Amino acid sequence: MRMITVYLIGLVFGIGISISGMANPAKVLNFFDFAGTWDPSLAFVMGGAVVVAFIGYRFVLKRPAPIMSERFMLPTRSDLDAKLIGGSALFGVGWGIAGFCPGGALPAIGTGNNNVLIFMAALVAGIFAAKALQSMNTTKQAA
Amino acid sequence: MIETAFTPFQSLGGGVLIGLASVLLMATVGRIMGATGILAGFMQPSSMSDWSWRAALLAGMVSGPLAVMLVTGSMPAVQVPVSTLMLVVGGFLVGIGVTFGAGCTSGHGVCGMARLSPRSIAATITFMITTAITVYVIRHVLGA
Repeated sequence: MRMITVYLIGLVFGIGISISGMANPAKVLNFFDFAGTWDPSLAFVMGGAVVVAFIGYRFVLKRPAPIMSERFMLPTRSDLDAKLIGGSALFGVGWGIAGFCPGGALPAIGTGNNNVLIFMAALVAGIFAAKALQSMNTTKQAA
Repeated sequence: MIETAFTPFQSLGGGVLIGLASVLLMATVGRIMGATGILAGFMQPSSMSDWSWRAALLAGMVSGPLAVMLVTGSMPAVQVPVSTLMLVVGGFLVGIGVTFGAGCTSGHGVCGMARLSPRSIAATITFMITTAITVYVIRHVLGA
C-alpha cells in the first residue's frame, strides 16, 4: 500500500515536470535568457508549485505525524553558511551550462532521450565527488 | 538557440501538480520532495525501508513522460540546445553544487520556499542569479 501510494506521488510529480517544461533544457535556458529568446513560462511552474505547497503544508504539518511514517523529517537549520551559498551558486552555474536540474532530469529519463542519461551520469559523478570531498574534510577536522 | 513557445497554462498546471506531489509526500512519508536528497539517499540508503520508498518515488517520476504520452499521444519535448561536453560539465557542477548546497530547484525552490525556510530562500535566490549570469555569459558574451 505504502509503495503504491509513493509510486503514484512520484507519478504526479513526473507528470507535473513533464507538462511544465522543466524537463526541457531549451525551455529552461530560455527562461533565464532575458536578453535573447526569453520564455517566461517557468515562472508559472515555480509560482504554482510554491503556492500549492505553501497552502498544503499548512494543513499537513498541523497533524502530529504523517500517515505512513512515524514523524515528519524536516530540515531544522536556519543559519546561512558558505557551503549553502557556494554550493547553490555552483549549482546555478551547472544548471545554466546544461539546462537540466535534478528534478527536471529524473522524470526526463522516462523519455528515453540519451542526453538525459549523459547528464544523469555526470550528475551522479558530481554527487559522489562532493561526498568524497566532504568526508575528506570531516576526517581532517577530526584529526 | 531554440525558440520555445510561452505556455503559461501548461506550466502553471505542471507547477500545481509538482506542489501537490510535494504536499502528498509530506502527508504520507513525512519527507521533503527534493530531487537531490531523494536521489542521494537512493544511492546511499540508510536502511532497506529507507531505500524502498525512494525507489518507488523515482519509479513513479520516471513513468511521468509515458503517462503524458498515453494521454496526449506524444512524449514531452526534451530539446537540448547544448553540446555533450556542456551536459557533462554542467551535470558534474550541478552534482557538486546540490550536494554542498543541500538541495536544488525542488527541495529549496519549491518545498523550502513554501516552508519559508531562510536557508532555502537564500539558496534559491543564489542559484537563480548564477544561472541567469551563466546563461547570459554563454549566449551573449561567449556567443555559444
